[in-house]
Amino acid sequence: MYEKNLIKNKKTYSDINLKPRIGLKITGANLAYKNNIVFQNLSADIVAAKWTCILGPSGVGKSTLLRMIAGLEEINNSETVTTSDGDNPTQYISWMSQQDLLLPWLSVSENISLGNRLRKEKIDYAYIKSLLVDVGLDQRSDSLPRTLSGGEKQRVALARTLMEGKPVVLMDEPFSAVDAITRSRLQELASKLLQGRTVLQVTHDPLEALRLGHNIHILKGRPAHLGNVIHPPGKTPRDPTKPELRNLHLEILNQLSYASEAASKGMT
Amino acid sequence: MKFIRPVIVFIGIIILWQLIVSLTGVAPFILPSPVDVLTITVERIDILMGHAKITIIEILLGLIFGTIFGAISALIMSYYRPARSWLLPVLVVTQAIPVFALAPILVLWLGYGLLPKVVMATLIIYFPVTAAFYDGLRRTETGWLDLAQTMRASKYNILRQIRLPAAMPAFASGLRVAAAVAPIGAVVGEWVGSSAGLGYYMLLMNGQVQTDAMFAALFILALVATTIYFTIDSLLRRLISWQNESDPSHAT
Repeated sequence: MYEKNLIKNKKTYSDINLKPRIGLKITGANLAYKNNIVFQNLSADIVAAKWTCILGPSGVGKSTLLRMIAGLEEINNSETVTTSDGDNPTQYISWMSQQDLLLPWLSVSENISLGNRLRKEKIDYAYIKSLLVDVGLDQRSDSLPRTLSGGEKQRVALARTLMEGKPVVLMDEPFSAVDAITRSRLQELASKLLQGRTVLQVTHDPLEALRLGHNIHILKGRPAHLGNVIHPPGKTPRDPTKPELRNLHLEILNQLSYASEAASKGMT
Repeated sequence: MKFIRPVIVFIGIIILWQLIVSLTGVAPFILPSPVDVLTITVERIDILMGHAKITIIEILLGLIFGTIFGAISALIMSYYRPARSWLLPVLVVTQAIPVFALAPILVLWLGYGLLPKVVMATLIIYFPVTAAFYDGLRRTETGWLDLAQTMRASKYNILRQIRLPAAMPAFASGLRVAAAVAPIGAVVGEWVGSSAGLGYYMLLMNGQVQTDAMFAALFILALVATTIYFTIDSLLRRLISWQNESDPSHAT
């Protein structure tokens, strides 16, 4: 039903939103804060229309990587970060962070259409309505964010991300601020609704990565580099407690603990 | 219901006042009794209201101009970096020099009419409004700005739709302080040189040792000031009703 909505609304969105499969390509990216080199000659390929998870010890630069792709870091990244076709990626991405970032003075539906409001575009109210149904908040369209629970707020944030209609979604630990049950529901919902888009998600939770990711990378070292890709078997969202995923889980935990030990010793 | 307590406090003070007058037998020209003050208030209500009208106009005009100048200064300081180093000293100076010291000069330059009082009220509220609004504009949640940037919003739309509304609670705090201090500017101006207004009337009555009439004017002034404050406060509350309030005395 969600796919149908997308098709129905195709006419109202500009062409750039409709390019269906956009991957990301990072070539030779350098980033440093003062004397602290975060990335040096970092390269990566983010596969189009797949869900990619990036794990890593805290402080390694996971969020920085995401912010760099989103164009939020003050560096000239026009050559180092491109789409798989060599385009500037910022026009294809939408952003979802750990905080819901809902504006407290706007209602749920106004928050969902924030992007349209900020760009002074026409607002497709029918699409907002269908998104509200998709995230299960169709009764709360006029509520203010403070009346919502943490999980509900994050669902509004998800709807706002979908409203942007972009083929690439960057997510920075989007489900880590809610309780376990809510998190698992949010993961399922996001996995369903973001199907077919290129998702790049930063997370610290290996089980979350095993649940949602088609591809899993571990970011490690200083300057940081991406480890080999891990492909968990089976369709997403998976049950990460399944026996065939247990070995992968252990392997990821091993790599992570090795990476964080190395980081704490200051080695690369 | 919420007015009951202030009313009780008010009545309590009146009773205490009456007791002091009755018990000490102090001369009426030093401290008139509440009954005397009430009598003269009723007697001269037309005169008092005439003067009150002038003072109210001065306060409101001061509030309007101070808020406009303050808001514009804060916006310029936020968006035009060189302006910061030019405007900040001015801002501090407007606060460092007491309006009491400026009042005679302003009267000398601008005459005995409304203008010097409005200027004085404007000066006194310019600082709290500018400082609060400037702070509010700078403290926008950075996550919102990141999000807006990924949404490819223009600088102007970020200001209008994110920074400005986000700064409203801080702006409101500045405006509340302004509403509380604006009467000072107006009354000081009237003391230094004027032919009308509650401050002028108080000074006049003081000279004629009509202390009861002076108290009546003071009473009206307090009434005017609190009415203005609470009107502005309730307007602001409605404007930023989305804001979460937490009561520090309430254990969580």
